[in-house]
Amino acid sequence: MAGRYVSVWFRHLMTDWFSLQEPERRKQPFVLTAPVHGRVMIVAANAVAEARGIHVGMALADARAVEPTLQALPERPGLARKLLHRLAEWCIRFTPVVAVDLPDGLLLDVSGCAHLWGGETPYLQAIVRKLQARQYDVQAAMADTPGRAWGVARFGRAPWVIEPQRHLDTLLTLPPEALRLEADAVARMHKLGLHQVRQFIHLPRPSLRRRFGESFLQRLGQALGHEDEVLAPVQPVEAYQERLPCLEPIVTATGIAIGLEQLLQTLCKRLQQEQKGLRAAVLKGYRVDGKVEQVSIGTHRPSNSPQHLFKLFETSLPTLEPALGIELFILEASKVEEHYDHQEKLWEGHGGLDDLRLSELIDRLSGRLGPEVIHRYMPDEHYWPERSFRRAVSLQEQPTAPWCIGHLRPVQLLAIPERVEVSALTPDHPPMLFRYKGQLHTIVRADGPERIEQEWWLQQGQHRDYYRVEDDAGRRYWLFRLGHYHEKIYQWFIHGFLA
Amino acid sequence: MSAEKADIIATLQREILRLEGFRPGSHAAGDVSLGPFQEAFPNGTFPVGAVHEFLSASMEQGAATSGFMAGLLAPLMGDKGVALWVSAARRLFPPALQGFGISPHRFIFLDLKKERDVLWAMEEALKCGALAAVVGEVGEMSFTASRRLQLAVEQSRVTGFVLRHAKRNVGTTACVSRWRITPVASEPDAGLPGLGFPQWQVELLRMRNGKTGVWNIRWEDNKFTPVYKTESVHEQQQQVG
Repeated sequence: MAGRYVSVWFRHLMTDWFSLQEPERRKQPFVLTAPVHGRVMIVAANAVAEARGIHVGMALADARAVEPTLQALPERPGLARKLLHRLAEWCIRFTPVVAVDLPDGLLLDVSGCAHLWGGETPYLQAIVRKLQARQYDVQAAMADTPGRAWGVARFGRAPWVIEPQRHLDTLLTLPPEALRLEADAVARMHKLGLHQVRQFIHLPRPSLRRRFGESFLQRLGQALGHEDEVLAPVQPVEAYQERLPCLEPIVTATGIAIGLEQLLQTLCKRLQQEQKGLRAAVLKGYRVDGKVEQVSIGTHRPSNSPQHLFKLFETSLPTLEPALGIELFILEASKVEEHYDHQEKLWEGHGGLDDLRLSELIDRLSGRLGPEVIHRYMPDEHYWPERSFRRAVSLQEQPTAPWCIGHLRPVQLLAIPERVEVSALTPDHPPMLFRYKGQLHTIVRADGPERIEQEWWLQQGQHRDYYRVEDDAGRRYWLFRLGHYHEKIYQWFIHGFLA
Repeated sequence: MSAEKADIIATLQREILRLEGFRPGSHAAGDVSLGPFQEAFPNGTFPVGAVHEFLSASMEQGAATSGFMAGLLAPLMGDKGVALWVSAARRLFPPALQGFGISPHRFIFLDLKKERDVLWAMEEALKCGALAAVVGEVGEMSFTASRRLQLAVEQSRVTGFVLRHAKRNVGTTACVSRWRITPVASEPDAGLPGLGFPQWQVELLRMRNGKTGVWNIRWEDNKFTPVYKTESVHEQQQQVG
């Protein structure tokens, strides 16, 4: 899946912040200044000042000549970084990966996040509206690469969400500044009359490199998506991963076991501190010959017990082929969930479904035999016998409906009912005799019929009339007739054996 | 005088059992009356922490045996206990367990492909003290395999049930008991049509430190009830037939 990125541009980041301190400044022309080479220069101007022709890079004295009521304050170095960092942390509500984009923006990796807000457009609107509600003048765009989102947010126009298929068109009309180029490169471009990306995007790469340098091509590639760009998130997502480099390559099973034990100890220590437990883990062994060997495990309940996890790995450790030796082990918890220690204490030795020893047993069994062989059933509210129960989702699930005890059901049920030959009096007397697997059974006692209708909203078909019958040897069966007698299309089946 | 003697004999029997390594069941099952075959068990308590073997030669017998086992399991599992049912060809219909006083959701089923895995899984499960009981359906079981199960059980005090679908060649095993359950004609209350309560002929073929015997019982009101009167009539019928 292609990534999606949002670039947020704070048009007046610094002056907005100063206006927040004193809301009066919002309506007046207001600038921030810094001394440059002995002159007081404007480094930020608010919207009102810009409307009156005051722009960044002007000397304060010149601006005062244009606008005598201009308010000026010295800028605070490092304020932008601090502000952006704080805003980036606030933006983690939208996506876990938020990067600061100095001097006046944020970059958000929003791959797979937008559907939570009901689509990309509402998502982007939510970001902009939330930030505007905090009195920041922002403009944001969403595109396939951080570079393109950056360019569109600053130099493009609505629509701000760039569809993956029309990314090139939007880029063509942008000025060269939208590619995040260095200032002198941009100046050179304008000097050469290249005012739009379309004018130079098709020029041969070697000549572009010669004129504008390597970094220009890199920026162009990043905007086009040919080159990867790595964001540095403010709160890095730290993987639950442990490494164990070995001085000498490990070739013995004992060595591997010791390595695994060490990795488990450190990983579980971290998990315990964070009150987490792992549900799935992979042990990778990087071999001397460049190949990677790996074994994986899964658990039924989040676990951070090194002993238990080691036992799970133990069964599959022999499949790890060291060959000439393994020089690096990496243990990674690929699935981690909340896990509370105090609950565990409560469960130990309980003997019920919550017992820790039970889930550890299930883990061991599923590790060896595969998770698909373990079944647990919950009642389902259907009279149709095959549908009267369903698979339980987890070991802890409790039934929401009572088990049906109204009618006695057979202890053993055939997965597929089998045809039997039956003699019975019409129209709905119980059968008198039936032949099953070549043996004739004379029926002495019978109960029924118990009619079970098809659930037409689930499946079409005929109803079943069930009889509980007992033959002359005392053996009990569950038979049914499919369909009505009078329609001449009925059939008899055996479906189960009663206790 | 005779009462005194009986007392002495009972004490001596208990002593012998203790010397033989038989530990009286500390489980709740000891309090539950298992009906007519109570006196066949050593010390009058159902041996928990042991492996019991049930023979079944046909589907009908299998159904009767499953029902009987469920009846035994119900007091073992109590209100909270969990049991494991290991099988390579399971036909048990989970909702039916409710009829024997067990909530089916307290059963975990292992449906395996190979019979060899059944014995392995059973052994592994029998080592887990969190389970109340483990039921395994197997065809053949060697003496060694049964010995392994017995050893697993001695540590954990879990009760094992082995349901053997074997028509012939029932060799020696290390199981503590061997049962055979056969369905017999049910007897509805006088004048009522239809089927009565499930009724079985229970043969206890082997019982370590206990007695063997044959009983005719039915499952009524969630417990085993002996059937005396009509047994002879039924047997006569069978002999005549």
